[in-house]
Amino acid sequence: MELTRRNAIIMGAGAFFVAGLPLRVSAAGEEAIAAFTGGAEIGTGDIKLTAPEIAENGNTVPIEVSSDGAAEIMVLAMGNPTPGVATFKFGPLAASRYASTRIRLAGTQDVVAIAKLEDGSFVQASSTVKVTIGGCGG
Amino acid sequence: MASGVKPRVKVPKSAAAGDSIVIKTLISHKMESGQRKDSDGNVIPRSIINRFTCEFNGESVIDVAMEPAISTNPYFEFEATVPEAGEFKFTWYDDDGSVYEESKSIAIG
Amino acid sequence: MRKLTGAVLATLLSSTLVSAGPVDDELVINDETEIVTRTAAPAHVADVLDEVMSGWLFRGTETRAMEMDDFDNPGMIFVEQAEEQWNTADGSEGKSCADCHGASTEMAGVRPVYPKYNEEAGEVRTLEMQVNDCRENRMGAEKWKYTGGDMVNMTALLASVSRGMPVDIAIDGPAQSTWEQGKDLYYTRTGLLELSCANCHEDNYGNMIRADHLSQGQINGFPTYRLKNTKLNAVHSRFKGCVRDTRAETFSPGSPEFVALELYVGSRGNGLSVEGPSVRN
Repeated sequence: MELTRRNAIIMGAGAFFVAGLPLRVSAAGEEAIAAFTGGAEIGTGDIKLTAPEIAENGNTVPIEVSSDGAAEIMVLAMGNPTPGVATFKFGPLAASRYASTRIRLAGTQDVVAIAKLEDGSFVQASSTVKVTIGGCGG
Repeated sequence: MASGVKPRVKVPKSAAAGDSIVIKTLISHKMESGQRKDSDGNVIPRSIINRFTCEFNGESVIDVAMEPAISTNPYFEFEATVPEAGEFKFTWYDDDGSVYEESKSIAIG
Repeated sequence: MRKLTGAVLATLLSSTLVSAGPVDDELVINDETEIVTRTAAPAHVADVLDEVMSGWLFRGTETRAMEMDDFDNPGMIFVEQAEEQWNTADGSEGKSCADCHGASTEMAGVRPVYPKYNEEAGEVRTLEMQVNDCRENRMGAEKWKYTGGDMVNMTALLASVSRGMPVDIAIDGPAQSTWEQGKDLYYTRTGLLELSCANCHEDNYGNMIRADHLSQGQINGFPTYRLKNTKLNAVHSRFKGCVRDTRAETFSPGSPEFVALELYVGSRGNGLSVEGPSVRN
Protein backbone atom coordinates (compact mmCIF):
# COMPACT_ATOMS: atom_id res chain seq x y z
CA MET A 1 0.00 0.00 0.00
CA GLU A 2 1.29 3.44 -0.89
CA LEU A 3 1.57 5.56 2.20
CA THR A 4 -0.58 8.51 1.28
CA ARG A 5 -1.68 10.98 3.91
CA ARG A 6 -5.15 9.48 3.80
CA ASN A 7 -3.82 5.97 4.39
CA ALA A 8 -1.60 7.23 7.17
CA ILE A 9 -4.62 8.64 8.94
CA ILE A 10 -6.57 5.43 8.42
CA MET A 11 -3.69 3.34 9.73
CA GLY A 12 -3.35 5.61 12.72
CA ALA A 13 -7.03 5.29 13.48
CA GLY A 14 -6.81 1.51 13.15
CA ALA A 15 -4.05 1.31 15.71
CA PHE A 16 -5.93 3.57 18.03
CA PHE A 17 -9.11 1.56 18.04
CA VAL A 18 -7.72 -1.94 18.21
CA ALA A 19 -7.64 -2.17 21.98
CA GLY A 20 -11.13 -0.85 22.45
CA LEU A 21 -13.01 -2.91 19.90
CA PRO A 22 -15.09 -5.87 21.01
CA LEU A 23 -13.99 -9.25 19.70
CA ARG A 24 -15.17 -9.82 16.20
CA VAL A 25 -17.41 -12.83 15.73
CA SER A 26 -19.30 -14.07 12.74
CA ALA A 27 -22.44 -16.06 12.26
CA ALA A 28 -20.49 -18.03 9.66
CA GLY A 29 -18.31 -19.37 12.48
CA GLU A 30 -21.34 -20.74 14.33
CA GLU A 31 -22.61 -22.25 11.09
CA ALA A 32 -19.28 -23.96 10.41
CA ILE A 33 -19.37 -25.49 13.89
CA ALA A 34 -22.92 -26.73 13.38
CA ALA A 35 -21.96 -28.24 10.02
CA PHE A 36 -19.02 -30.06 11.63
CA THR A 37 -20.90 -31.38 14.66
CA GLY A 38 -24.32 -31.86 13.05
CA GLY A 39 -25.68 -29.88 15.97
CA ALA A 40 -24.38 -32.32 18.60
CA GLU A 41 -23.47 -30.99 22.01
CA ILE A 42 -19.85 -29.96 22.46
CA GLY A 43 -18.02 -30.76 25.66
CA THR A 44 -14.62 -29.81 27.00
CA GLY A 45 -11.71 -31.92 28.14
CA ASP A 46 -9.59 -33.99 25.78
CA ILE A 47 -8.40 -31.17 23.54
CA LYS A 48 -5.61 -28.67 23.70
CA LEU A 49 -5.12 -25.55 21.59
CA THR A 50 -1.86 -23.63 21.90
CA ALA A 51 -1.71 -20.13 20.43
CA PRO A 52 0.23 -17.03 21.43
CA GLU A 53 -1.53 -14.60 23.74
CA ILE A 54 -0.21 -11.75 21.60
CA ALA A 55 0.64 -12.31 17.93
CA GLU A 56 3.33 -10.00 16.58
CA ASN A 57 1.75 -10.15 13.17
CA GLY A 58 -1.66 -11.47 12.17
CA ASN A 59 -0.23 -12.79 8.91
CA THR A 60 1.70 -15.63 10.50
CA VAL A 61 0.43 -16.93 13.84
CA PRO A 62 1.78 -20.33 14.96
CA ILE A 63 -0.80 -22.66 16.54
CA GLU A 64 -0.84 -26.26 17.77
CA VAL A 65 -3.79 -28.57 18.37
CA SER A 66 -3.90 -31.98 20.02
CA SER A 67 -6.55 -34.34 21.32
CA ASP A 68 -5.70 -37.93 22.28
CA GLY A 69 -8.95 -39.47 21.09
CA ALA A 70 -9.57 -37.35 18.01
CA ALA A 71 -10.46 -38.65 14.58
CA GLU A 72 -10.56 -35.09 13.25
CA ILE A 73 -9.82 -31.62 14.56
CA MET A 74 -11.30 -28.51 13.00
CA VAL A 75 -9.78 -25.07 13.62
CA LEU A 76 -11.74 -21.84 13.20
CA ALA A 77 -10.78 -18.19 13.44
CA MET A 78 -14.09 -16.77 14.61
CA GLY A 79 -13.31 -13.17 13.69
CA ASN A 80 -11.98 -13.70 10.18
CA PRO A 81 -14.06 -12.74 7.13
CA THR A 82 -14.31 -16.48 6.45
CA PRO A 83 -13.82 -18.39 9.71
CA GLY A 84 -12.48 -21.69 8.34
CA VAL A 85 -8.77 -22.38 8.94
CA ALA A 86 -8.14 -26.11 8.56
CA THR A 87 -9.52 -29.55 9.39
CA PHE A 88 -6.99 -32.23 10.28
CA LYS A 89 -8.14 -35.79 9.63
CA PHE A 90 -5.85 -38.32 11.29
CA GLY A 91 -5.12 -41.57 9.46
CA PRO A 92 -4.18 -45.00 10.84
CA LEU A 93 -0.47 -44.09 10.74
CA ALA A 94 -0.76 -40.83 12.68
CA ALA A 95 1.44 -41.43 15.72
CA SER A 96 -0.45 -38.82 17.69
CA ARG A 97 -3.47 -36.65 17.26
CA TYR A 98 -1.36 -33.53 17.05
CA ALA A 99 -0.71 -30.93 14.36
CA SER A 100 0.93 -27.56 14.17
CA THR A 101 0.59 -24.86 11.50
CA ARG A 102 0.73 -21.10 10.89
CA ILE A 103 -2.46 -19.13 10.36
CA ARG A 104 -3.82 -15.69 9.44
CA LEU A 105 -5.89 -13.68 11.87
CA ALA A 106 -7.60 -10.52 10.63
CA GLY A 107 -7.59 -8.99 14.10
CA THR A 108 -7.85 -9.76 17.81
CA GLN A 109 -10.27 -12.67 18.14
CA ASP A 110 -10.99 -16.15 19.47
CA VAL A 111 -9.43 -19.16 17.77
CA VAL A 112 -11.51 -22.29 18.30
CA ALA A 113 -10.52 -25.96 17.92
CA ILE A 114 -13.17 -28.68 17.92
CA ALA A 115 -12.27 -32.36 17.94
CA LYS A 116 -14.52 -35.12 16.74
CA LEU A 117 -13.52 -38.00 18.97
CA GLU A 118 -13.45 -41.61 17.82
CA ASP A 119 -16.56 -42.33 19.91
CA GLY A 120 -18.46 -39.71 17.89
CA SER A 121 -18.61 -37.05 20.61
CA PHE A 122 -17.19 -33.53 20.30
CA VAL A 123 -14.92 -31.43 22.50
CA GLN A 124 -13.81 -27.84 22.11
CA ALA A 125 -11.06 -25.49 23.26
CA SER A 126 -10.63 -21.83 22.47
CA SER A 127 -8.00 -19.18 22.91
CA THR A 128 -8.09 -15.41 22.51
CA VAL A 129 -5.23 -14.07 20.43
CA LYS A 130 -4.47 -10.35 20.50
CA VAL A 131 -3.18 -9.22 17.13
CA THR A 132 -0.81 -6.28 17.11
CA ILE A 133 -1.60 -3.62 14.53
CA GLY A 134 0.41 -0.48 13.97
CA GLY A 135 4.08 0.22 14.07
CA CYS A 136 6.41 0.68 11.19
CA GLY A 137 5.01 -0.26 7.80
CA GLY A 138 8.47 -0.21 6.14
CA MET B 1 0.43 -23.79 -11.87
CA ALA B 2 1.17 -20.95 -9.49
CA SER B 3 4.75 -19.78 -10.00
CA GLY B 4 7.68 -20.58 -7.71
CA VAL B 5 5.96 -23.43 -5.87
CA LYS B 6 8.53 -25.61 -4.17
CA PRO B 7 7.84 -28.20 -1.48
CA ARG B 8 10.22 -29.00 1.39
CA VAL B 9 9.79 -31.87 3.81
CA LYS B 10 11.82 -33.00 6.78
CA VAL B 11 11.73 -36.70 7.62
CA PRO B 12 14.39 -38.64 9.55
CA LYS B 13 16.47 -40.98 7.32
CA SER B 14 15.86 -43.95 9.58
CA ALA B 15 13.78 -45.11 12.55
CA ALA B 16 13.19 -48.26 14.59
CA ALA B 17 10.16 -50.31 13.49
CA GLY B 18 7.06 -49.01 15.26
CA ASP B 19 8.71 -45.70 16.17
CA SER B 20 6.90 -42.41 16.00
CA ILE B 21 8.67 -39.63 14.15
CA VAL B 22 8.12 -35.90 13.69
CA ILE B 23 7.51 -34.68 10.14
CA LYS B 24 7.65 -31.05 9.04
CA THR B 25 6.49 -29.75 5.68
CA LEU B 26 6.64 -26.35 4.02
CA ILE B 27 5.67 -25.33 0.51
CA SER B 28 6.27 -21.96 -1.11
CA HIS B 29 2.88 -20.64 -2.20
CA LYS B 30 1.21 -17.23 -2.05
CA MET B 31 -2.07 -18.54 -0.64
CA GLU B 32 -4.00 -15.62 -2.13
CA SER B 33 -6.97 -15.39 0.20
CA GLY B 34 -9.55 -13.82 -2.08
CA GLN B 35 -9.98 -11.04 0.51
CA ARG B 36 -7.40 -8.63 -0.85
CA LYS B 37 -7.88 -5.89 -3.41
CA ASP B 38 -5.37 -4.57 -5.93
CA SER B 39 -4.52 -0.88 -6.27
CA ASP B 40 -7.50 -0.37 -8.59
CA GLY B 41 -9.88 -1.73 -5.98
CA ASN B 42 -10.57 -5.03 -7.72
CA VAL B 43 -10.69 -8.17 -5.62
CA ILE B 44 -7.68 -10.42 -6.27
CA PRO B 45 -9.21 -13.86 -6.88
CA ARG B 46 -8.62 -16.62 -4.36
CA SER B 47 -5.79 -18.99 -5.28
CA ILE B 48 -4.75 -21.33 -2.52
CA ILE B 49 -3.63 -24.86 -1.81
CA ASN B 50 -6.83 -26.40 -0.46
CA ARG B 51 -5.70 -29.85 0.64
CA PHE B 52 -2.55 -31.52 1.92
CA THR B 53 -2.08 -35.23 2.48
CA CYS B 54 0.68 -37.46 3.82
CA GLU B 55 0.68 -41.22 3.24
CA PHE B 56 3.14 -43.94 4.15
CA ASN B 57 3.24 -46.99 1.85
CA GLY B 58 -0.24 -46.05 0.68
CA GLU B 59 -1.80 -45.67 4.13
CA SER B 60 -2.96 -42.29 5.45
CA VAL B 61 -1.02 -40.38 8.09
CA ILE B 62 -2.88 -37.08 7.87
CA ASP B 63 -5.32 -35.40 5.49
CA VAL B 64 -5.76 -31.66 5.92
CA ALA B 65 -8.53 -29.51 4.44
CA MET B 66 -7.03 -26.04 4.08
CA GLU B 67 -8.81 -22.68 3.99
CA PRO B 68 -7.58 -19.19 3.02
CA ALA B 69 -6.63 -18.53 6.66
CA ILE B 70 -3.55 -20.75 6.28
CA SER B 71 -0.51 -18.44 6.00
CA THR B 72 1.58 -17.87 2.89
CA ASN B 73 4.12 -20.69 2.47
CA PRO B 74 1.98 -23.27 4.33
CA TYR B 75 3.73 -25.10 7.15
CA PHE B 76 2.63 -28.30 8.90
CA GLU B 77 4.14 -30.37 11.64
CA PHE B 78 2.73 -33.74 12.75
CA GLU B 79 3.77 -37.20 13.94
CA ALA B 80 3.76 -40.49 12.05
CA THR B 81 4.20 -44.13 12.99
CA VAL B 82 6.77 -46.05 10.95
CA PRO B 83 5.76 -49.74 10.94
CA GLU B 84 8.33 -50.81 8.33
CA ALA B 85 10.79 -49.41 5.80
CA GLY B 86 9.09 -47.53 3.01
CA GLU B 87 8.16 -44.24 1.49
CA PHE B 88 6.29 -41.18 2.68
CA LYS B 89 4.32 -39.46 -0.03
CA PHE B 90 3.27 -35.84 0.36
CA THR B 91 0.69 -34.20 -1.90
CA TRP B 92 -0.56 -30.62 -2.09
CA TYR B 93 -3.67 -29.77 -4.14
CA ASP B 94 -3.92 -26.30 -5.69
CA ASP B 95 -7.19 -24.46 -6.45
CA ASP B 96 -6.06 -24.27 -10.08
CA GLY B 97 -5.92 -28.05 -10.36
CA SER B 98 -2.14 -28.36 -10.01
CA VAL B 99 -0.85 -31.13 -7.77
CA TYR B 100 2.55 -30.88 -6.12
CA GLU B 101 4.20 -34.07 -4.90
CA GLU B 102 7.24 -34.97 -2.86
CA SER B 103 8.36 -38.27 -1.40
CA LYS B 104 10.93 -39.41 1.17
CA SER B 105 12.18 -42.89 1.95
CA ILE B 106 12.87 -44.06 5.45
CA ALA B 107 14.98 -47.08 6.46
CA ILE B 108 14.59 -49.29 9.51
CA GLY B 109 17.70 -49.46 11.66
CA MET C 1 9.56 23.22 14.89
CA ARG C 2 11.78 21.38 17.33
CA LYS C 3 9.01 21.35 19.86
CA LEU C 4 6.52 20.01 17.34
CA THR C 5 8.84 17.17 16.39
CA GLY C 6 9.17 16.31 20.03
CA ALA C 7 5.42 16.16 20.35
CA VAL C 8 5.11 13.90 17.32
CA LEU C 9 7.73 11.55 18.63
CA ALA C 10 6.16 11.49 22.08
CA THR C 11 2.87 10.49 20.49
CA LEU C 12 4.51 7.70 18.56
CA LEU C 13 6.43 6.35 21.51
CA SER C 14 4.98 4.97 24.69
CA SER C 15 8.11 4.15 26.60
CA THR C 16 6.73 4.28 30.11
CA LEU C 17 3.95 1.76 29.65
CA VAL C 18 5.46 -1.29 28.03
CA SER C 19 8.91 -2.75 27.94
CA ALA C 20 9.86 -3.67 24.39
CA GLY C 21 12.94 -5.76 24.86
CA PRO C 22 15.69 -6.65 24.34
CA VAL C 23 15.01 -10.10 25.79
CA ASP C 24 17.58 -12.21 27.57
CA ASP C 25 17.91 -15.12 25.16
CA GLU C 26 20.51 -16.99 23.13
CA LEU C 27 20.27 -17.75 19.42
CA VAL C 28 21.66 -21.05 18.19
CA ILE C 29 20.59 -22.08 14.69
CA ASN C 30 20.06 -25.80 13.95
CA ASP C 31 21.55 -26.60 17.38
CA GLU C 32 25.01 -25.87 15.95
CA THR C 33 25.58 -22.31 14.71
CA GLU C 34 25.98 -19.91 17.61
CA ILE C 35 24.91 -16.38 16.76
CA VAL C 36 26.29 -13.39 18.63
CA THR C 37 23.19 -11.24 19.15
CA ARG C 38 24.71 -8.75 21.59
CA THR C 39 28.27 -7.60 22.05
CA ALA C 40 30.33 -4.57 23.05
CA ALA C 41 29.83 -1.68 20.64
CA PRO C 42 32.63 -1.18 18.12
CA ALA C 43 34.93 1.78 18.87
CA HIS C 44 33.33 4.06 16.28
CA VAL C 45 29.93 3.97 17.98
CA ALA C 46 31.11 3.50 21.58
CA ASP C 47 30.34 7.16 22.33
CA VAL C 48 26.61 6.54 21.76
CA LEU C 49 26.04 2.83 22.49
CA ASP C 50 27.48 0.48 25.10
CA GLU C 51 26.27 -2.65 23.38
CA VAL C 52 25.11 -3.49 19.91
CA MET C 53 22.14 -5.84 19.64
CA SER C 54 20.54 -7.85 16.89
CA GLY C 55 16.91 -7.14 16.06
CA TRP C 56 16.26 -10.79 16.98
CA LEU C 57 16.33 -9.78 20.66
CA PHE C 58 13.45 -7.38 20.10
CA ARG C 59 11.04 -9.93 18.66
CA GLY C 60 8.44 -12.15 20.30
CA THR C 61 8.98 -15.75 21.42
CA GLU C 62 7.32 -17.37 18.40
CA THR C 63 9.14 -15.17 15.89
CA ARG C 64 12.49 -15.84 17.57
CA ALA C 65 11.83 -19.58 17.49
CA MET C 66 11.22 -19.54 13.73
CA GLU C 67 14.83 -18.51 13.15
CA MET C 68 16.33 -21.28 15.29
CA ASP C 69 15.81 -24.03 12.74
CA ASP C 70 16.39 -23.84 8.99
CA PHE C 71 13.27 -25.82 8.36
CA ASP C 72 11.09 -23.52 10.43
CA ASN C 73 12.62 -20.44 8.78
CA PRO C 74 10.58 -19.72 5.63
CA GLY C 75 13.47 -17.59 4.31
CA MET C 76 15.41 -20.79 3.69
CA ILE C 77 13.03 -21.84 0.87
CA PHE C 78 14.41 -18.91 -1.06
CA VAL C 79 17.98 -19.82 -0.18
CA GLU C 80 17.31 -23.22 -1.77
CA GLN C 81 16.00 -21.50 -4.89
CA ALA C 82 19.16 -19.36 -5.04
CA GLU C 83 21.29 -22.49 -4.63
CA GLU C 84 19.75 -23.84 -7.85
CA GLN C 85 20.42 -20.51 -9.52
CA TRP C 86 24.02 -20.59 -8.26
CA ASN C 87 24.62 -23.81 -10.16
CA THR C 88 22.74 -22.83 -13.34
CA ALA C 89 24.52 -21.25 -16.32
CA ASP C 90 23.11 -17.93 -17.50
CA GLY C 91 24.05 -15.30 -20.09
CA SER C 92 26.13 -15.27 -23.27
CA GLU C 93 29.23 -16.78 -21.62
CA GLY C 94 27.32 -19.89 -20.55
CA LYS C 95 28.70 -19.67 -17.03
CA SER C 96 27.11 -20.25 -13.67
CA CYS C 97 28.24 -18.64 -10.41
CA ALA C 98 29.68 -22.03 -9.46
CA ASP C 99 31.89 -22.16 -12.56
CA CYS C 100 34.07 -19.38 -11.16
CA HIS C 101 33.41 -19.50 -7.42
CA GLY C 102 32.90 -23.23 -6.73
CA ALA C 103 30.28 -24.32 -4.23
CA SER C 104 28.22 -21.59 -2.59
CA THR C 105 29.80 -22.53 0.73
CA GLU C 106 33.12 -21.30 -0.69
CA MET C 107 31.64 -17.81 -0.32
CA ALA C 108 31.71 -18.01 3.50
CA GLY C 109 33.36 -14.85 4.75
CA VAL C 110 32.22 -12.62 1.92
CA ARG C 111 28.99 -11.26 3.42
CA PRO C 112 30.62 -10.09 6.67
CA VAL C 113 32.93 -7.58 4.93
CA TYR C 114 30.37 -5.98 2.60
CA PRO C 115 29.81 -3.17 1.65
CA LYS C 116 33.47 -2.97 0.70
CA TYR C 117 35.71 -0.59 -1.26
CA ASN C 118 36.49 -1.93 -4.73
CA GLU C 119 39.93 -0.78 -5.81
CA GLU C 120 39.40 -1.27 -9.52
CA ALA C 121 36.05 0.50 -9.62
CA GLY C 122 37.13 3.19 -7.20
CA GLU C 123 33.89 2.95 -5.21
CA VAL C 124 32.28 1.26 -2.25
CA ARG C 125 30.21 -1.69 -3.43
CA THR C 126 27.41 -3.64 -1.89
CA LEU C 127 27.00 -7.36 -2.40
CA GLU C 128 24.17 -6.63 -4.84
CA MET C 129 26.43 -4.41 -6.96
CA GLN C 130 29.08 -7.13 -6.99
CA VAL C 131 26.55 -9.78 -8.03
CA ASN C 132 25.35 -7.60 -10.89
CA ASP C 133 28.94 -6.86 -11.92
CA CYS C 134 29.51 -10.61 -12.20
CA ARG C 135 26.31 -11.07 -14.17
CA GLU C 136 26.98 -8.26 -16.59
CA ASN C 137 30.73 -8.51 -17.11
CA ARG C 138 31.60 -12.15 -16.48
CA MET C 139 28.45 -14.03 -17.39
CA GLY C 140 27.09 -11.75 -20.10
CA ALA C 141 23.73 -11.92 -18.38
CA GLU C 142 21.19 -9.25 -17.67
CA LYS C 143 21.49 -7.33 -14.44
CA TRP C 144 18.96 -8.17 -11.77
CA LYS C 145 16.67 -5.55 -10.27
CA TYR C 146 18.41 -4.29 -7.15
CA THR C 147 15.77 -5.51 -4.69
CA GLY C 148 14.08 -8.03 -7.00
CA GLY C 149 13.35 -11.64 -6.11
CA ASP C 150 16.38 -13.21 -7.83
CA MET C 151 18.73 -10.73 -6.20
CA VAL C 152 17.35 -10.95 -2.68
CA ASN C 153 17.35 -14.76 -2.90
CA MET C 154 21.01 -14.71 -3.99
CA THR C 155 22.07 -12.34 -1.18
CA ALA C 156 20.18 -14.60 1.24
CA LEU C 157 22.23 -17.57 0.01
CA LEU C 158 25.45 -15.57 0.40
CA ALA C 159 24.43 -14.49 3.90
CA SER C 160 23.39 -18.01 4.92
CA VAL C 161 26.83 -19.51 4.25
CA SER C 162 28.42 -16.86 6.51
CA ARG C 163 26.02 -17.24 9.43
CA GLY C 164 27.80 -17.06 12.76
CA MET C 165 30.74 -15.09 11.35
CA PRO C 166 31.22 -11.60 12.80
CA VAL C 167 30.30 -8.57 10.69
CA ASP C 168 33.61 -6.87 9.92
CA ILE C 169 33.11 -3.87 7.66
CA ALA C 170 36.15 -1.68 6.98
CA ILE C 171 35.41 1.99 7.58
CA ASP C 172 38.83 3.55 7.14
CA GLY C 173 41.15 4.12 4.18
CA PRO C 174 39.37 4.57 0.88
CA ALA C 175 35.97 3.69 2.41
CA GLN C 176 36.13 6.51 4.91
CA SER C 177 34.56 9.30 2.88
CA THR C 178 31.60 7.08 1.94
CA TRP C 179 31.30 6.05 5.58
CA GLU C 180 31.21 9.71 6.66
CA GLN C 181 28.50 10.36 4.07
CA GLY C 182 26.48 7.45 5.47
CA LYS C 183 26.95 8.75 9.00
CA ASP C 184 25.65 12.18 7.94
CA LEU C 185 22.56 10.53 6.46
CA TYR C 186 22.02 8.50 9.64
CA TYR C 187 21.81 11.66 11.74
CA THR C 188 19.87 13.80 9.22
CA ARG C 189 16.21 14.33 10.03
CA THR C 190 13.91 13.72 7.08
CA GLY C 191 10.26 14.09 6.18
CA LEU C 192 7.26 15.78 7.72
CA LEU C 193 7.95 13.95 10.97
CA GLU C 194 11.55 15.21 10.98
CA LEU C 195 13.00 11.95 12.18
CA SER C 196 16.51 10.68 11.61
CA CYS C 197 17.55 7.04 11.84
CA ALA C 198 19.11 7.91 15.20
CA ASN C 199 15.91 9.35 16.69
CA CYS C 200 14.31 5.92 16.66
CA HIS C 201 17.15 3.41 16.55
CA GLU C 202 19.74 5.09 18.77
CA ASP C 203 17.68 7.26 21.14
CA ASN C 204 14.66 4.99 21.54
CA TYR C 205 15.51 1.34 20.94
CA GLY C 206 13.77 -0.80 23.52
CA ASN C 207 10.73 1.51 23.52
CA MET C 208 7.47 0.97 21.70
CA ILE C 209 6.64 2.86 18.52
CA ARG C 210 2.88 2.61 18.50
CA ALA C 211 2.27 -1.13 18.77
CA ASP C 212 5.72 -2.26 17.68
CA HIS C 213 9.12 -2.74 19.27
CA LEU C 214 11.95 -0.43 18.27
CA SER C 215 15.24 -2.20 17.73
CA GLN C 216 18.66 -0.72 17.17
CA GLY C 217 18.06 -1.01 13.45
CA GLN C 218 21.01 -3.37 12.98
CA ILE C 219 21.26 -4.98 9.55
CA ASN C 220 23.29 -8.11 10.36
CA GLY C 221 20.14 -10.20 9.82
CA PHE C 222 19.39 -9.07 6.25
CA PRO C 223 17.89 -10.14 4.01
CA THR C 224 15.05 -10.76 6.39
CA TYR C 225 11.87 -12.80 6.02
CA ARG C 226 9.12 -10.55 7.32
CA LEU C 227 5.88 -12.01 8.66
CA LYS C 228 4.20 -8.83 7.46
CA ASN C 229 4.77 -9.44 3.74
CA THR C 230 5.82 -13.11 3.94
CA LYS C 231 8.89 -12.74 1.73
CA LEU C 232 12.56 -11.88 1.90
CA ASN C 233 13.27 -8.17 2.20
CA ALA C 234 16.47 -6.47 1.10
CA VAL C 235 18.12 -3.95 3.39
CA HIS C 236 17.58 -1.08 0.93
CA SER C 237 13.86 -1.90 0.85
CA ARG C 238 13.83 -1.53 4.63
CA PHE C 239 15.73 1.79 4.41
CA LYS C 240 13.19 2.98 1.87
CA GLY C 241 10.30 1.97 4.14
CA CYS C 242 11.82 3.76 7.14
CA VAL C 243 12.47 6.99 5.22
CA ARG C 244 8.99 6.85 3.74
CA ASP C 245 7.54 6.42 7.23
CA THR C 246 9.08 9.77 8.17
CA ARG C 247 6.83 11.10 5.36
CA ALA C 248 9.79 11.92 3.13
CA GLU C 249 10.64 11.32 -0.50
CA THR C 250 13.06 8.42 -0.26
CA PHE C 251 16.28 7.56 -2.00
CA SER C 252 16.13 4.63 -4.40
CA PRO C 253 17.42 1.15 -3.60
CA GLY C 254 20.94 0.93 -5.00
CA SER C 255 21.43 4.72 -4.95
CA PRO C 256 24.79 6.10 -3.78
CA GLU C 257 23.04 7.48 -0.68
CA PHE C 258 21.69 4.09 0.38
CA VAL C 259 25.03 2.41 -0.41
CA ALA C 260 26.71 4.89 1.93
CA LEU C 261 24.01 4.39 4.55
CA GLU C 262 24.39 0.61 4.32
CA LEU C 263 28.14 0.92 4.83
CA TYR C 264 27.60 3.07 7.92
CA VAL C 265 24.69 1.14 9.46
CA GLY C 266 26.41 -2.17 8.70
CA SER C 267 29.55 -0.98 10.49
CA ARG C 268 27.52 -0.11 13.60
CA GLY C 269 26.96 -3.86 13.87
CA ASN C 270 30.62 -4.88 13.56
CA GLY C 271 31.02 -7.79 15.99
CA LEU C 272 27.46 -9.11 15.67
CA SER C 273 27.11 -12.34 13.72
CA VAL C 274 25.84 -12.51 10.17
CA GLU C 275 22.32 -13.85 10.68
CA GLY C 276 20.56 -13.67 7.30
CA PRO C 277 18.08 -14.76 6.30
CA SER C 278 16.58 -13.74 9.62
CA VAL C 279 12.90 -13.77 10.61
CA ARG C 280 11.30 -10.52 11.74
CA ASN C 281 7.89 -8.96 12.10
